[in-house]
Amino acid sequence: MKNLRSTLLIFVVAALGFGALQALIVAEILDDYTLQILCVAGINVLMALSLNLISGFTGQLALGHAGFMAVGAYTTGVLLVHAHWLLFPALVAGGLMTALFGLLIGIPTLRLRGDYLAIVTLGFGEIIRVAINNFDEILRWAFNSPDMVGWTGGPTGLSGIPGYATNIMVNNPAAFLWIYPIVVLSVVLVMNLIRSSHGRALVAIREDEISAQAMGINLFGMKLTSFTISAFLAGLGGALYAPFIGYLSPPGFDFLRSVFFVIIVVLGGMGSITGTVIAGIGLTFLQEFLRTSAKDAGNGLVVLIQQNLFPSTISAGAWSVDLVPLSQVLFGLILILLMIFRPGGLMGTRELPLTRWLTTPWWRKKELLP
Amino acid sequence: MLEVTNLHVYYGAIHALHGVNFQVNAGEIVSLIGANGAGKTTILHTLSALIKPKEGKISFLGSPITASSPEKIVKAGLVQVPEGRRVFANLTVRDNLILGAYTRKDTAGVAHDLDSVFGRFPRLRERSRQVAGTLSGGEQQMLAIGRALMTRPKLLLLDEPSMGLAPLLVREIFNIITEINREGTTVLLVEQNAHMALGISNRAYVLETGRFVLQGKAGELAKSDEVRKAYLGG
Repeated sequence: MKNLRSTLLIFVVAALGFGALQALIVAEILDDYTLQILCVAGINVLMALSLNLISGFTGQLALGHAGFMAVGAYTTGVLLVHAHWLLFPALVAGGLMTALFGLLIGIPTLRLRGDYLAIVTLGFGEIIRVAINNFDEILRWAFNSPDMVGWTGGPTGLSGIPGYATNIMVNNPAAFLWIYPIVVLSVVLVMNLIRSSHGRALVAIREDEISAQAMGINLFGMKLTSFTISAFLAGLGGALYAPFIGYLSPPGFDFLRSVFFVIIVVLGGMGSITGTVIAGIGLTFLQEFLRTSAKDAGNGLVVLIQQNLFPSTISAGAWSVDLVPLSQVLFGLILILLMIFRPGGLMGTRELPLTRWLTTPWWRKKELLP
Repeated sequence: MLEVTNLHVYYGAIHALHGVNFQVNAGEIVSLIGANGAGKTTILHTLSALIKPKEGKISFLGSPITASSPEKIVKAGLVQVPEGRRVFANLTVRDNLILGAYTRKDTAGVAHDLDSVFGRFPRLRERSRQVAGTLSGGEQQMLAIGRALMTRPKLLLLDEPSMGLAPLLVREIFNIITEINREGTTVLLVEQNAHMALGISNRAYVLETGRFVLQGKAGELAKSDEVRKAYLGG
């Protein structure tokens, strides 16, 4: 009952948020650029949610989620470009193909105790890029036809992926119509999974594998299930990304991207879904802000120094400094500070008590606190 | 109820158990006592299929379980309270107990058992919404035992329940063990605190470097010179 109520509440809140955003779009307060970042934020939230399921809740560190994203993105991209599939089945296929990869990696790896999954997924993330790079060559060799048109485009990338809208000018609003509901559905799915008895079993595995086993929890089976669902969601994130961005190339799915997802999860709190959502949106905007504003800020600083310290020597704007690399440093600094002051992440393992906020009058809240 | 014959267990090249034979009858409390590294925990882990034996047979309630998986053994009613309590530290007391009933599907029965565990350990009821890691050692041991009871065990394996507890609490825990046994659960107890263990057991086995060196009625063992010298302080 409690779960049903909070699920419904999330849907209501999500629908209200969706309506508000749509109103902002119609009123042209929300411009296309912001909308684009919102779409990226949604995909990042989905990726981090997927990673949080296996690493935060089940306690199995995975370091190759960019690789899963690549599998999902390329599967959907190839199906859209070369097989002319409809969007929806292509998105589902992207998720399912990635789930299959997750299963294949998980079966040998999750039987072992310890951090093997981290190492294997790290390797997978690297291998998959090399594999995509050389996929066409292998295809030509396998079919013994050197003139064959490739699938992935290899190092040149896969271009010309049909967008969410046929008119490319409205691709971002159309993408948002797909990404937003799918992300909300995924959040609700993971949230209800975690609250079920199986979800509790996943958390038990994270807490203590021996005790979990002593309570009759099938370690390997539960870990594999969690990892496969995680891979499916990550693949879905990649699948949503392909028609949104329109062009895929292997270097876009490098280790740094996997690390970015890990950062979102750690920062939001390993084992907190609301933390992941907040950190996912926040970090996406922060990164974008630092990327675009750093250049202006850098040039502004240079002009300021010139005018005040060396007014006569050089004319203003003769040389400029790019602060974009420095934005990475700033990004790192923010992360370090957060880890010092909130080592468990923004939310720790807690969730925002959304249900209680919305259903309990404020004068009764105090008595209900545990 | 439990029949172990000629059990050999290896850790790599190390021969940890050299052909161990013992049995536990329904309704008994049986103790395995011995020093550090004698192989007590190894025996329990092998019974729960956390370690695979190289040789030997284990049969529980008349059927062989040597090749069984840990979760099937729990379902059959052979449940372990692991050494050092190992509660799920970041989960609430209540969630810990509910996880004990993970293998069960009878919601009403689980609710009833949860109530009876809270009845047995009122302290746990008071702290049911508290995170388990914040409990004291004794409370954590109670929680670990309560969690195992939630599986409805037929044979309860207890690994060093007295470890790290104050003497008064040790007494309390042992009283609880006796009580659980009186209500119909058979108990296999592994202990270094031989004095306490022999005090509540029907029978006992003394383990030394992977072999049983003595066995018999607990009362007689407590009087025997060897046991007194080695484990009871003269």
